[in-house]
Amino acid sequence: MRILKLIWSYLRINIANEMQYRVNFFIQLLQSFIALATGLISLWLVFSHTSQLGGWSRPELLLVMGVYTMMGGAIQSAITPNMLRLLDDIHDGTLDFALTKPVDGQALVSIREFRFWQLTDVIVGLIVIGAAISQMQTEVGLWQAASFAVALFLGGIMVYSFWLILTSIAFWVIRIFELVDIFQGIFAAGRWPVGIYPDWLRIGLTFLVPVAFAVTVPAEALTNRLTPLTLLGASGLAVLLMALARFVWRLGVRSYSGASA
Amino acid sequence: MRRYIDYYITNMKLSVQDRFQYRVQNYFYLFAQMAEPVIYLVVWSTIARAQGGQVSGYTAGGLAAYYIVWTLVRNMNVVLAPRDWEYRIQQGRLSTELMRPIHPIHTDVSFFAGWKVVMILLWLPLAAFLTFVFKPTLNPTWFQIVVFFFAIWGAYLVRTVFIATLGLITFWTTRVGAIYDLYFALELILSGRLVPMPLMPAWIQHIANFFPFQSTFFFPINALTGSPTVTELLMGLGTQLLWFLLGLGLVNLVWHFAIRRFSSIGN
Repeated sequence: MRILKLIWSYLRINIANEMQYRVNFFIQLLQSFIALATGLISLWLVFSHTSQLGGWSRPELLLVMGVYTMMGGAIQSAITPNMLRLLDDIHDGTLDFALTKPVDGQALVSIREFRFWQLTDVIVGLIVIGAAISQMQTEVGLWQAASFAVALFLGGIMVYSFWLILTSIAFWVIRIFELVDIFQGIFAAGRWPVGIYPDWLRIGLTFLVPVAFAVTVPAEALTNRLTPLTLLGASGLAVLLMALARFVWRLGVRSYSGASA
Repeated sequence: MRRYIDYYITNMKLSVQDRFQYRVQNYFYLFAQMAEPVIYLVVWSTIARAQGGQVSGYTAGGLAAYYIVWTLVRNMNVVLAPRDWEYRIQQGRLSTELMRPIHPIHTDVSFFAGWKVVMILLWLPLAAFLTFVFKPTLNPTWFQIVVFFFAIWGAYLVRTVFIATLGLITFWTTRVGAIYDLYFALELILSGRLVPMPLMPAWIQHIANFFPFQSTFFFPINALTGSPTVTELLMGLGTQLLWFLLGLGLVNLVWHFAIRRFSSIGN
């Protein structure tokens, strides 16, 4: 219960902080639209040469792009800023301030930052998803909607766990600010359904980096491709990744020597 | 001239030593960079196969060659990011650079040139891996190889001057994120970074001719992987030279006005 209160407090502080810079909202909105336009151009280019890609039609791929944009926005607003701050703290030795607080260290480093304006991507993503569904002319029933929400949630957990594992490498390597580029580079693969990638890459994007579960699986839920078995597998993997992240984090903290201590 | 050559050689050596210390970091950087072309390559080879083997004249092997050479060209055209100019100006770090009896841009050009030597060395095993996995078709002539060598350095210089100009905007405003995004979105579409230019509709190819972007991606890549004529190759190098001179003029002009606005404390 205390952690929920803490999340709420941090959220409020961060939102209040961002509200000071309102012009940033419009700039962020502009950036979201530029990213959207680039994505739409890629999609349009693909379909000027073919009528389907790996079994996915045009509106279905638009849906994938919507989920990608939405998930990307959620990650950029809630996960990435925390991981970047953690990277800095490990590098500068200031993680002491988080570790000495009377709450769980992992929980605290995961909730300290929140970029409110970045949520524009979530809204843009939702609009794209809406547009795609209306173009697909299929009914989205209760099962589809529910499994979509569950798949998104599980995907979010997996991305968070993966990010934390990646960031924890800094406990040993120290200077790896390129992690953000790596994450964003690989996450960009989610713009397209993972089924189109060669086997070795598809397996990597499913089990090593959970791009498949973060984007393709939720999109499958809305296009009647998702089986209960996949959803069950996603739940299992989410729990596994979370446990692994917890393990790596603990191992990392043990080798953290700090600067001010 | 002599002092410039000395400065360049020394700074490049320093940069090689500096960058070689962080091999893991460089590999992380390279991995991050590889993701982008691999995605494009997979998407477009899927389309090529679905279309009966080729799309706009590019076979799966041709596309593989294009995007693998892309990774080298991309490494070559990495320049100081506009965001680093932003950092430099906002933090007042530029003062140190201004104290030197040489224009700060020379420090960047020589430092990044040295870094490229390290990156190319580290890139080789990754290129071998990509070649093994994607089986490119590549049969360049000797002349193409020679032109390619000059073209990648040309691409570096052209991109340097235009992106430095972009970075200088920070002297006037610090809210530059959206401008950068717009520039890089244009570059993505009009340079051959997203897809080889022949895959683009004719009107986009036409627009692209009015921008310097193709000189930094499509021209060098196509010089090695395509089958351009000797005239086309020489014209391409000439175009790079023209864009470079134009960009150089531009960056000097903007610098002239920008530097008057600079004030900082400390450092």
